[in-house]
Amino acid sequence: MILTAICIVGGTGVLCATLLYFISKKFEVAENPLLAEVQEALPAANCGGCGYPGCSAFASACVNAASLDGLLCPVGGADVMGKVAAILGMAAEKVEPRVAVVRCNGHCDARPRTNLYDGTRNCRIASQLYGGETGCAFGCLGHGDCEAACSFGAIAVNPSTGLPEVDDDKCTACGACVKACPKNLIELRRRGPKSRRIYVSCMNRDKGGPARKACANACIGCGKCAKECAFEAISLSNNLAFIDSLKCRLCRKCVAVCPTGAIIELNFPPRKEATETKES
Amino acid sequence: MQKTFRIGGIHPPANKWSAGKPIVKADIPAQAIVPLAQHIGAPAQPVVKKGDKLKAGALIAKAGGFVSANIHAPVSGSVLKIDEALDASGYKRPAIFIDTEGDEWDEGIDLSPEIRRDCSLAPQEIIAAINRAGIAGMGGATFPTHVKLTPPPGHTAEIVIINAVECEPFLTSDHALMLAHGEEMLIGTSLLMRALGVGKAAIGIESNKPDAIALLTRMAAAFEGISVVPLKVRYPQGGEKQLIDAIVRRQVKSGALPISAGAVVQNAGTAFAVYEAVQKNKPLVERIVTVTGRGVSAPANYLARIGTPLRQLMEASGLTANPGKIISGGPMMGKAVASADIPVTKGCSGILVLSPDESRRKPMRNCIRCAKCVDACPMGLNPTLLMNAAEFAAWDTAETNYAADCIECGSCNYVCPSNRPLLDHIRIAKGKVMEIARSRKS
Amino acid sequence: MENKLIISPSPHIHSGDSIERNMYGVLIALAPAFAASLFFFGLGALVVMTASIASCVAFEYVITKYIMKREPTVGDGSAILTGALLAFNLPSNLPLWIIVLGALFAIGVAKMSFGGLGNNIFNPALAGRVFLLISFPAQMTTWPSPGIFPLTYTDGATGATVLSMLNEGASQLPGYADMLLGRMGGSMGEISAIALLLGMAFMLVRRIITWHIPVAVILTVAVFTGIMYAVDPVAYANPLVHLLSGGLLLGAIFMATDYVTSPMSRSGMIVFGVGTGLITAVIRLFGSYPEGVSFAILIMNAVTPLINTYFKQTHFGGK
Repeated sequence: MILTAICIVGGTGVLCATLLYFISKKFEVAENPLLAEVQEALPAANCGGCGYPGCSAFASACVNAASLDGLLCPVGGADVMGKVAAILGMAAEKVEPRVAVVRCNGHCDARPRTNLYDGTRNCRIASQLYGGETGCAFGCLGHGDCEAACSFGAIAVNPSTGLPEVDDDKCTACGACVKACPKNLIELRRRGPKSRRIYVSCMNRDKGGPARKACANACIGCGKCAKECAFEAISLSNNLAFIDSLKCRLCRKCVAVCPTGAIIELNFPPRKEATETKES
Repeated sequence: MQKTFRIGGIHPPANKWSAGKPIVKADIPAQAIVPLAQHIGAPAQPVVKKGDKLKAGALIAKAGGFVSANIHAPVSGSVLKIDEALDASGYKRPAIFIDTEGDEWDEGIDLSPEIRRDCSLAPQEIIAAINRAGIAGMGGATFPTHVKLTPPPGHTAEIVIINAVECEPFLTSDHALMLAHGEEMLIGTSLLMRALGVGKAAIGIESNKPDAIALLTRMAAAFEGISVVPLKVRYPQGGEKQLIDAIVRRQVKSGALPISAGAVVQNAGTAFAVYEAVQKNKPLVERIVTVTGRGVSAPANYLARIGTPLRQLMEASGLTANPGKIISGGPMMGKAVASADIPVTKGCSGILVLSPDESRRKPMRNCIRCAKCVDACPMGLNPTLLMNAAEFAAWDTAETNYAADCIECGSCNYVCPSNRPLLDHIRIAKGKVMEIARSRKS
Repeated sequence: MENKLIISPSPHIHSGDSIERNMYGVLIALAPAFAASLFFFGLGALVVMTASIASCVAFEYVITKYIMKREPTVGDGSAILTGALLAFNLPSNLPLWIIVLGALFAIGVAKMSFGGLGNNIFNPALAGRVFLLISFPAQMTTWPSPGIFPLTYTDGATGATVLSMLNEGASQLPGYADMLLGRMGGSMGEISAIALLLGMAFMLVRRIITWHIPVAVILTVAVFTGIMYAVDPVAYANPLVHLLSGGLLLGAIFMATDYVTSPMSRSGMIVFGVGTGLITAVIRLFGSYPEGVSFAILIMNAVTPLINTYFKQTHFGGK
């Protein structure tokens, strides 16, 4: 009796195993062994920053590509691309590490509220409706679409200023927040030596008067910074200054002349009053 | 059994406090702010410059393309500047500022109250006159009228439908217009029929306006082919597709134009503007605006020049000290504005001022899947499904469930027992789906 | 204008409908049936109802506050409703601890573990009831005999339900008048057909439910049992007996129409109702359990997502 039971159960097991073995042999998909290796080298964040829907899609793109030009994992950066290049025996493109910056400094004190938004807390919905809770129609709405889009926890709206802040260490420059922001306030900039960066933290294209009235920190398009810059890194259009991060030599002169404080310097040591002129 | 549309619909309280009130001529504003984009399509191009002296009715901006409309000076005076001004879109957009001096009208405009019935113009001449006068749909959508009167090849119009439904609660501008200028509106309707070469027209009026139905039915007896169709009260009957369904029992297919059902729908106000443009040579520079709501003490209907600041009309109606919300349009589809200083435009049928306690949304709660939104949707969509699709960026789900068909009537939000902002999210889904469809085409 | 204007996307008005309005509306609709139950089962009905509601509300409060760490939502009335419906599905002489256990299963397992109101797949009250039926079959299938406001709880005389009589082949059934009014054995809420229909009328008038599900369930059961009765009137009971006995009306009107666990489109509701009716009739006529409404509804609950996928609302302009 027991023997019969063992035979039946055991026999079924053996039969199934054999069947499964042959089926898996028959339907086996020949896979490039490099694919697994490349995939192993990737960060597995599946953020889509490379433009492909996830790391495995990017890995197969790399394996099938003739050269790695134009293929970049923004999360892994040069490091990871170097590894991928080594696996595939190709040369990786040289990449400059980048980081996201938020180009709005209209915090609650600088930019008084003129109305109250009572719809869904979502930047895209609010921006479709109107310019925003303040007089500035270009500035940050503060509902945190960027925060929701970031898979690395690198950007978060600070409740005391109402503006998103980027955590340099966590930001991988994948660009998800850039796409998420309906006001196009977020820019991927050169990370810079020691993460030092200078940029115009404003996107207001109004004329000086209205811009200033809406926000104390607005760029009024006066052009002082552009005149001051010795490296032609600053351009002016639509009443708005823009600093080219590739040309900027981080001299900080523009920061000093900006009448509204719209230009922001990050990660610099505090300046000493006396040495300021000498340094420049 | 009165006619109505066949899917969904709601019954919000009518609150037509200004019904039966006569049309009051509003004061001419000291300064008119005339936005260049008052219609759907390309903004108009200004043809005047700073300092130019103008008479009312003079062309100040030319249509910026086929789907666009001319703009005329609503007041006489001089051009102060061409600058950006906040309008009902919620953003600053280019506008012409005119400082008023006196009230002189351009030559050739017939301002007499005498009614001119006869018209011997050819269809093309009527459309040209409408085009010249810069008429855009006056129900709120502001689609340029001459475009609607030029059916795309392969389509022919069989019937003109005049949208005198005014299904939005509170608003009474079309109602007031019908009572005061019913005959002119009917002449305008016959001009539209002539322009399109059709022999039939139906004027759809909801049965909560029995006086207008009686008056127009009596007057329409003198016009061949025009009938008045009383409709069962139901929102959103004034939606173009819903009105066609109610009157001719044909449902426009997903993605198709209303003309595919053989119908051209025009607003009652538009019909009146067509009369003035063709028979009186008067461009569209003024319109009837209802000012109502708990935030004003005396709801009324005004005949206001385009470019009049909303504030002036609200103050004429006794604006209370603390309005909570100012809406350009009705409570269901109107747009809340951020400033009382924005101007009246061609599509502004009413100004609704809410008190602070009725201005706030109630907090959102869990969806209980009661399907009341599904029952209310006049397009037969599943709003809660579309909202979820939008929240999870599932644009393919949104597309296969017809997100692009949403007419943004707001019925789903209105009925939701959990106060869910369904339409907020569906708008996003709709925009995204249409964007994807466009990129696929190109 | 000193205050700031409020801005939000349209629409700017709301119907005033709320979760509470619907939940308390259903509770009001349950009142006549509860009154009938009080009349025939007396003290027992009161004890079971109080215990069931109190424990459902308590469990929901504790779970939301201490386990899910959210603002408790007991005020929305859904826990009260679950408690009332659970009590309606229990015999009025059930010991307290069993009721508490049923409430724990209904709220804790069937509702909150899925994420609370709106996310559950199965009707919580029915899940609790079926859990008890399987766990405590003896206690769950002894019903007190009806009296006139008896002051007994667990020590009263017991009797059988019409359906269990049918299942065992008894010939002496209560008269139709008694079945309509509710003078028969059974779970406390299911006995009075008139009271339940009154509740349905109230919910239809207040537009809390639509007619589709209850009518589909009732018609399907009537047609199916009618055919069987026509085939063999000796072996199968009259369809009217089926409609008036057991939990059919209670299930069709109050349990199957639960918002969360029933389909969203009208056509889906009909399919859901027909399915529920068919399964009920099959279990009643051919199954070993005398009653099958609870199982039928739970099975259809599981199929609801599928129904939602294949039976959509009519789209404007057709496909």
